[in-house]
Amino acid sequence: MGTHTTGTTKKLEGLAKSTLQLVKSGKNPLIEVPTRTLANVQFNEKKQIIELKGAKQKRYFFNVGQAKKFMQTFLVAKACKDLIGEDKTTSIRDLYYMTKHTLGDTPQNTFEEQDESDPIIEDLEVTIDALREELHLFASNRGSMVGDLTIVDKGDTIDLRRMGSGGWSIPSIVEDDVVQFRKNDAKFVLLVEKDAVWRRLNEDKFWKKYKCVLITGQGQPPRGVRRLCRRLTRELKLPLYVLVDNDPWGFYIYSVLKQGSINLAYESMRMAVPEARFIGLSSFDKDKYTLPNNVTIRMTDEDNSRAKQMLAYPWFQRKEWQREIQHMVKTGVKLEIEALSNRGISFITEEYLPRKLRDRDWLA
Amino acid sequence: MAAKGLKNKVKPVAKAKPAKQLSLLTAERSAPRQKPVKLKAVEAPPPEPPPPPARLARRATAEQMASKQREISISEFFTKNRHLLGFDSPSKALLTAVKEAVDNSLDACEEAGILPDITVEIKEAGPDRYVMAVEDNGPGIVKAQIPKIFGKLLYGSKFHRLKQSRGQQGIGISAAAMYGQLTTGKPIVVTSKTGKGRDAHHFEIQIDTRKNAPVVARDDELEIAKDHGTRVEIELEADYRNGKRWLLRYLEQTALANPHCRLEYRRPDEEPLVFPRVAETPPREAVEIKPHPYGVELGQLILKLQETSARDVRGCLMHEFSRVSPTVAGEILKAARIHGGTRPKVVANDVKMAEALHKAIQATKIMSPPTNCLSPIGEELIHKGLVSFLAVTQEVAQAEEQEQLELQAQAGRGKRKEEAAKRLEEIKQRLAQSAQEAQQPKEEGEEIVAGHKFFITSVTRPPRVYRGNPFQVEVGLAYGGPLPGDRPVELYRFANRVPLLFQRGACGVTEAVLRTDWRNYELSQPKGSLPVGPMILFVHIASVWVPFTSESKEAVAHYPEILGEIRLAAQECGRRLAAFVRRRKSAEYELQRRSIFELYIDEIAQSMKGLVGSNPEQVKKDFGKLANKFTGGETTDAVLKRAEKEMED
Repeated sequence: MGTHTTGTTKKLEGLAKSTLQLVKSGKNPLIEVPTRTLANVQFNEKKQIIELKGAKQKRYFFNVGQAKKFMQTFLVAKACKDLIGEDKTTSIRDLYYMTKHTLGDTPQNTFEEQDESDPIIEDLEVTIDALREELHLFASNRGSMVGDLTIVDKGDTIDLRRMGSGGWSIPSIVEDDVVQFRKNDAKFVLLVEKDAVWRRLNEDKFWKKYKCVLITGQGQPPRGVRRLCRRLTRELKLPLYVLVDNDPWGFYIYSVLKQGSINLAYESMRMAVPEARFIGLSSFDKDKYTLPNNVTIRMTDEDNSRAKQMLAYPWFQRKEWQREIQHMVKTGVKLEIEALSNRGISFITEEYLPRKLRDRDWLA
Repeated sequence: MAAKGLKNKVKPVAKAKPAKQLSLLTAERSAPRQKPVKLKAVEAPPPEPPPPPARLARRATAEQMASKQREISISEFFTKNRHLLGFDSPSKALLTAVKEAVDNSLDACEEAGILPDITVEIKEAGPDRYVMAVEDNGPGIVKAQIPKIFGKLLYGSKFHRLKQSRGQQGIGISAAAMYGQLTTGKPIVVTSKTGKGRDAHHFEIQIDTRKNAPVVARDDELEIAKDHGTRVEIELEADYRNGKRWLLRYLEQTALANPHCRLEYRRPDEEPLVFPRVAETPPREAVEIKPHPYGVELGQLILKLQETSARDVRGCLMHEFSRVSPTVAGEILKAARIHGGTRPKVVANDVKMAEALHKAIQATKIMSPPTNCLSPIGEELIHKGLVSFLAVTQEVAQAEEQEQLELQAQAGRGKRKEEAAKRLEEIKQRLAQSAQEAQQPKEEGEEIVAGHKFFITSVTRPPRVYRGNPFQVEVGLAYGGPLPGDRPVELYRFANRVPLLFQRGACGVTEAVLRTDWRNYELSQPKGSLPVGPMILFVHIASVWVPFTSESKEAVAHYPEILGEIRLAAQECGRRLAAFVRRRKSAEYELQRRSIFELYIDEIAQSMKGLVGSNPEQVKKDFGKLANKFTGGETTDAVLKRAEKEMED
């Protein structure tokens, strides 16, 4: 059991104790839950991350609208304490079933849907300021990793140089009591949006030639992947390059990695990598790498409005970023990473990435 | 002119009395078909030949047709048109006969200032034959009048006057007697005693249907114990099995609208039913008034001018009508350009003058008629009546159910037996609980009847006038208890305290209720329908002349003044109901809220035990203390305490 595990237990107990204290003194017991809405997040210019503002929602027990959530919070808290005590981790779906039961002889249940229990877990995380992993909960495993690095996962030493074609599956909990870094020869981390591109790079042994760690989050990277990227950049001092599609969604993935998301703003400081570098695909790459017109895709109305929203984001205010997005809007087309294969199946490994790295052609 | 007069409900233009009465009957039904009427005798409408095509030969001459034209007697007319008076089917006949007799008894008692004590008895006399007997403690009838009242159609005291009463035309009871005679050949039997120490007269009366005249078959004098009263017996062909539902409804509702009456109902094969008296004073006496000029139509005006004892038109106006002062009479005559000293007959015989007078009346501003002539039931007595009505009907229903259940619990087997026993236990518990609750202070309008909680309220509107006739509307409602909540409300209509059982859809009362938006008052209401909910709605119209749509007096005409008043009264009742329902809902909600909180507290206590090892019982106790503080408002405290007490008990 790691140190923060007992810390988390303490936090859970503290929540219970302060509540009982309020009851004893004749006050309406309440939990203060930091609000996780757009109105309550701000972009911290100095730290370059999205963080929660101070607003907290008071959740009273003697309030018809809040009583149930109040009760549910303690059900989840107790279940998490048990998990920590038994040193077991489980999925949030499991937790839903563990805490679900019928109330008295009413037709009501503690939770009716998993949709009810998931936000309670997030509420608990922010309330006691603990990571989901620290509550011994995980979402689903997603993401793969190979590279010039050896790690230990739950006591098993894993050489990421010998992971075959599939790579090491990144667990959702990658805290240092689970994953430790050992022998490292990598010089940087390359995170690619797409699994197919990651496979191409792995097959071509790009990581070996250029001495890097190769990660994919299969779309929007899950918590585990983001947390691992953060640890790699902090503990091994490796720069993080991000390779995504040239479309608003790709930009957004980069933005979440870099600054954090609104919903998980409270975890930004543990997950965000403000110095992450956007390596591609840039809106100017089509001309730079002489890709034909027929590999482009027309932007939809949704893409357009999304791109325009991004122009207003405080973390995209730098001149280069404004140029980048505006160019996309102006040309009205988007590009997938796979479009590079038009120039040859290994064009990305042999030409595109090496040239980008050599020319320091990235955005931060 | 004549045709217009005939359309009226009131006296048409005719001189001879019997003819006048006859035309009253024929007017409504056959007016559109009727040929121009000869003034001296109104005749039956001869079958009208279809309009002959141009070149067809004449089938009959006027003289030939004249040979077939003759006077028909009122009684003959009735035998052919019995449906007009409510004798259309054997199942309805019994109800109509009882209704006519009971209405008469109630009217008589009211006029005499006696608290009525009425017994209705139905006895089987053979296959499809029943004897109905109605006995009252009324003032009795003097010997000489008995044959005429029961043996002559259209004979009575109520037609010629403008006064709030149940009967209006003097057809009813003699029509019932005639129906009995027609179907069984038996005479009507009447026993009446007018005072202490006097002998009772016992009559058997047949009706000569051709002459519309009574034939006394038997005339005895006998001694009876009662001081005064009348008993009427009619043997008639009837379908009791299908008619009893309506008969019961009529009697229940009659008791409801006449809370000063004790009504006993003895029926075949069932326990007698007694509706107790709830008001110890008879209703205020209704006063006879003269017609108001605004309500008078041309034909009626001419008749008044002809029959008046006044010597000039001015005198006639002042004497025959209400609210016509010398000044008003002067204004009318000035507007009509008629000299006040003109003899009334002169005006009556000059149609142009009469028309001018009629127009002038409508154009002159005249004070509304006096409204103190009406005798409403009153809010308090409607309330009491509803309580008593629910007590009798619910207790009967409950006794029947209990009896059934007891039988099942004793003789049944298996699941059914268990269920019956369980249900019986529930009823007992509810009764015990409600007996307890009855001790506690009730909310305004809340009543506990037969172990069920009801909300009862009533509104009596101030008197108003339609077409010169004063009228007054009263609305009451009883809500809750075991009344079915998923069906349209029960609408009980009354006119001058007489229940209206048929033609609900054609009645103005129904329309007024439909047009009230009950959704404002915590009831659901499908578009264009009665509201849905556990409710009885009581609507009473009192008037010197209730405008029925037909002689069978089952539906009230759609006068906007009347409909408007009904809606106003219904809305007021609705507002009170809504306030009550909302109060009760919020109290129930609090209770529910409280029990939800208790369940949540259980969960939290268990979680706390796991989190910090605290004693669940102690945690529950601590939270429980807070619960009273945070979930109870002032109104809910009472509910919560009651709930707690129930739990302890």
